[in-house]
Amino acid sequence: MKAVKRIVSRTAVLPTRDIDTDQIIPARFLTTTTRQGLGKHAFHDLRYRGDGSLNQDFPLNRADAEGCHILVAGNNFGCGSSREHAPWALLDYGLVAVISTEIADIFRNNSLKNGLVPVVVDTGTHDWLLENPGIELTIDINDATLTLPDDSVVRFHIDAFAKHCLVEGIDQLGFLQQQQQKIDTFEETRNWKP
Amino acid sequence: MSTLFEKVWSDHLVVDETPDTPAVLYIDLHIIHEVTTPQAFTVLREKGLAVRRPDLTLATMDHSTPTTPVSSFKDLAVVGDSAARQIQQMEQNCSDFGLDLIGFGHANRGIVHVIGPELGATQPGKTIVCGDSHSSTHGAFGALAFGIGTTEVGHVLATQCLLQRKPKTLAVNLDGRLPDGVSAKDLILAVIGEIGVDGGTGHVIEYRGDAITALDMESRMTVCNMSIEGGARAGMIAPDDTTFEYLHGRSRAPQGSEWDAALARWRKLHSDADAGFDASVTLDASALQPMVTFGTNPGMVVGINDPVPSGNDASFRKALDYMRVEPGKPMTENSVDVVFVGSCTNGRLSDIEEAARILEGRKVADGVRMLVVPGSQQVKQEAEARGLDRIIKSAGAEWREAGCSMCIGMNGDTVPAGKLSVSTSNRNFEGRQGIGARTVLASPATAAASAVRGRVADPRTLP
Repeated sequence: MKAVKRIVSRTAVLPTRDIDTDQIIPARFLTTTTRQGLGKHAFHDLRYRGDGSLNQDFPLNRADAEGCHILVAGNNFGCGSSREHAPWALLDYGLVAVISTEIADIFRNNSLKNGLVPVVVDTGTHDWLLENPGIELTIDINDATLTLPDDSVVRFHIDAFAKHCLVEGIDQLGFLQQQQQKIDTFEETRNWKP
Repeated sequence: MSTLFEKVWSDHLVVDETPDTPAVLYIDLHIIHEVTTPQAFTVLREKGLAVRRPDLTLATMDHSTPTTPVSSFKDLAVVGDSAARQIQQMEQNCSDFGLDLIGFGHANRGIVHVIGPELGATQPGKTIVCGDSHSSTHGAFGALAFGIGTTEVGHVLATQCLLQRKPKTLAVNLDGRLPDGVSAKDLILAVIGEIGVDGGTGHVIEYRGDAITALDMESRMTVCNMSIEGGARAGMIAPDDTTFEYLHGRSRAPQGSEWDAALARWRKLHSDADAGFDASVTLDASALQPMVTFGTNPGMVVGINDPVPSGNDASFRKALDYMRVEPGKPMTENSVDVVFVGSCTNGRLSDIEEAARILEGRKVADGVRMLVVPGSQQVKQEAEARGLDRIIKSAGAEWREAGCSMCIGMNGDTVPAGKLSVSTSNRNFEGRQGIGARTVLASPATAAASAVRGRVADPRTLP
């Protein structure tokens, strides 16, 4: 995983709440066997109309959303399925952070393992961000802070281990493999066998 | 003074969590399918790793598989090239890594969350994961079961462990008995309506109370299955005699003296009387009626005879516009185009029986397409042995091979754009059953009654 330390970008805003993983990437695109190239399917049925034309009403299709790498989304972003294709698609689409008041558990876990930074903020900050699309934000992962254009700083929570992995670009499988001996011992000494 | 969840959690700690590092949690059963594993096997190949415990890995194919009979790979043309490639890659991966695959032609093939319990591989006190969010189903047996992403599938394949932070606990107390004609599906839809689609985020739910202990195992699975629709990490029910009777004699359940030892261990798997939960909610099950969804998430739910509520915020209005549903009127005002009975939520024998009971001596209304898809080939065989397939077919519905089918619409079984589907599945998200499809979640009885009436219908009022 590529290290992510600091993100500076304008924001794109998708105010709808409960954006589920079927909206992030519809299931018909999950027959792939690779993790590459899924950006073209990100938000597919929201970005495009039934006839294949671009849906100009979709906020991310607006000209000013071009080049935005931070998504500010409505409450409970990423609810639904466990498909890791959702963060794969968003990253390939060009997003590197998602800000909301709540981010669903499995989507958040999957995002952290791929370098897509989930940021949960308070309602006040969230409301302000929703009302001000296109502003430039700085996200510092190590400090777990969000810096607004007026230099005010908002702190957010990020799990210490997840932060370490993001900042150092660490693959968590490597950490698990280092536990090999303890796993062996656990298997040998547990009082029942599955 | 531990909860059921805490007992199972602490029994699987290879390394406990610290402020700096998550727990290393041992996994007793890993169920894998064709859609969320190819990229994990790629990582194993790149790193030269083996599957640590093939014996604890249960592999099948369900999501992108056709529900029309498949006798050879040329039949896979029906689901498209990429799905066919994915299915072939699953066979290759299982063969290369020494995994037994419950593949095409196997009498035990079926939906991951149907065959685990059916084979007796799902057991109380186990940790069970799968690259599928409805893994919460297995919690019906007092297992700690949850969905994981593909990276984590790779972690489990390689190490049989996961890095996890300990979730919080939420007690959902369900008092009273469900009235006649009201099912487990109605119960869980009511729970999600109460807590909301994010009400369980960060929590493991334990379902408790008289309404739960009165349920059979298939109904308990329906309840736990939809825990994720309330945002919960997992859902659990303490195992009891109902659980043990279900498991006894199943091929992968403990046998002989091992059964007695397991039973003694399983009987301790309940929350202690003085155990504390981080949060709790209580519902009176005896006051419920059949429930249906009216919007585009499973929390937008209403009693079948109650008016659809109104709401002013943009997300609520967007959902009603998509569904073409009017506030103030009951859902029974809406005509139906498609009815789907199946999925890991309601694709078990009792669900098929319930649908057949409604269909017997009746006909699917003109203009309605009804698909009945058993959750496994075993369910299919048992249903056919009871003659349910004949009832279903003579009512004018289609009877298919096992698979996820129209729940997720990956295999060609889809609802056309704009059409209204009454579905026993678990998600009414926009486009879930097909681009532009409008989904109303309901129980098997409500779904079958709606097929007969040609509009959303209360199964208790059929003539």
